[in-house]
Amino acid sequence: MKALLVCEYREGKLLDSSYELVAFADKLGADNVLLLIGSMAEVPRVNSTVYLADAEIYGEYNPDLHKKIVLAAVERENPDYIVFGHSSWGWDLAPRVATALRAGQVSEVVDIVDGQFVAGICNAKLRRTVTPKTDTVVLTIQSGAFNFDSTRQGTPLVERIELSEVIPSLEFIGYEPSEAKSVDLTRSEVIVSIGRGVGKKENVAVISALARALGGELGASRPAVDAGWVEHCQQIGATGQTVSPRLYIACGISGAIQHLVGMRESDFVFAINKDRDAPIAEVADVLVVADIMQIVPELTAKFLKTENTFRQAG
Amino acid sequence: MKILVCIKQVPDMESQFIINSQGNWFDENNLSFRMNEYDEYAVEQAVRLKEQLGGDPDITALSIGSGRVVDVLRKALAFGCDRGVHIVDPDSCAKDPWQIASMIAAFAQTEGFDLIFTGMQSQDRGSAQVGVIVAELLGISCVTTLIGFAYDNGVITVKRELEGGVKGVLKLKTPALVTCQLGLNVPRYPTLPNILKAKKKQLVAIPVGDMPHVRELTATCTIYRPRKKAGGLILEGDVGIVADRLMGILKECTMVMK
Repeated sequence: MKALLVCEYREGKLLDSSYELVAFADKLGADNVLLLIGSMAEVPRVNSTVYLADAEIYGEYNPDLHKKIVLAAVERENPDYIVFGHSSWGWDLAPRVATALRAGQVSEVVDIVDGQFVAGICNAKLRRTVTPKTDTVVLTIQSGAFNFDSTRQGTPLVERIELSEVIPSLEFIGYEPSEAKSVDLTRSEVIVSIGRGVGKKENVAVISALARALGGELGASRPAVDAGWVEHCQQIGATGQTVSPRLYIACGISGAIQHLVGMRESDFVFAINKDRDAPIAEVADVLVVADIMQIVPELTAKFLKTENTFRQAG
Repeated sequence: MKILVCIKQVPDMESQFIINSQGNWFDENNLSFRMNEYDEYAVEQAVRLKEQLGGDPDITALSIGSGRVVDVLRKALAFGCDRGVHIVDPDSCAKDPWQIASMIAAFAQTEGFDLIFTGMQSQDRGSAQVGVIVAELLGISCVTTLIGFAYDNGVITVKRELEGGVKGVLKLKTPALVTCQLGLNVPRYPTLPNILKAKKKQLVAIPVGDMPHVRELTATCTIYRPRKKAGGLILEGDVGIVADRLMGILKECTMVMK
């Protein structure tokens, strides 16, 4: 059984997620060969064959060309599995490769159980097991689901891949950097975060009062930022900051995977939600099933009272 | 200019899901359904383009599913789409992305659209495959995960959302398919006159038997609830009592209180 692992590279750098593909292949029990559309200096440190196509020629994001490069590697190796990270690059490219090969694709795999692939459905509230029906299978794997050994060392055998003709249908203009982070949440010890379940902008003050009382910062999930309740610089998750505070309180956050990847390294997680089946429960040490607007002010008041008692006693 | 918008009806994600008796999907009874969130951005962007071009483009909204999906087609018409096409398929939820995309591509092939909008993924299956497969089957340009869209005389400039807040800017020409992400636009609320107007717009039903059938490439075997975090505690009931418990936990388990 052989897996072709398609590494990800952006702005001149190999992304660490590429090593997660190796961890996945190990769990699958497959031999692996890698493919990098990047530079020689960034070839992953593995004891495998690495096919290298030069990003100077083929671009950092150019799905037409990258599809052809992946197909050229498939032709040489005839792998059983072609594996991508489930990222803006991987979910864009994988179905193109799958369609060309008429291969079944399973997206955002989080686990392998008895030879079946496990993926989330309904905002990760449920899981499903999927069986591919084709000889060649395309997979995208969820970021963070397969842990890699960052100390791994190896000596790759590099083979160049070149295409004869190059006519892309898309013109890549460039990258736009993310907005400056004026609030750095990565060093916060306590973060109280708001999500769509907070309901409206007027309710945010109640949550920030709790954050202040606890000496923490206010964070947010993507929908709260898009609704204009807080600034983008407060966003936690795949397209925001990645945090690991001692205490994380998620208020009205359902727990979409894009948010979870940004906060699941927190030491202790409180989740306050009306829905006890919300996927945030998966990472919560304590799930409070309650109306945020009732429980949060109560908690803030009790906390401030205790603090005052301490101060008076001290 | 001819535009196609592909929309899916999905359960409200706030719902309490119950697994069906076969254990291979969720029970549809007692669920409320709505337009897939990402498809709302697709419909809104298509209608904005029609407005930008002085009403010239003709927009078809397409949905596949049982009788209930007519609701989301009506909603798309109330947004400003010109006609709805319903591929009537009571078993669509058992079909894989390849089978769904093959139907859409077969429909689009006969119509010759200049531009196709889809959501970047569905909220229920979340495979993020269908749009891209449709484009590949039709042999047209495709970009995914749009948070910016501008059209000028056959040239489209888009912004893709990448990880870490970085954006990728690209140009492409029609015919093309684009998939829409949260943040692209804020969908409108259809006005009452537009809702009434939508009732008079054309809505065509096509039996699934009239569409080409392809075999599935992947099959869902079982669905189940993920296990909650080991030792995870659930608190509910009287707010005062719950707050007291939380205070106790804060004291014991975290460094917040000395």
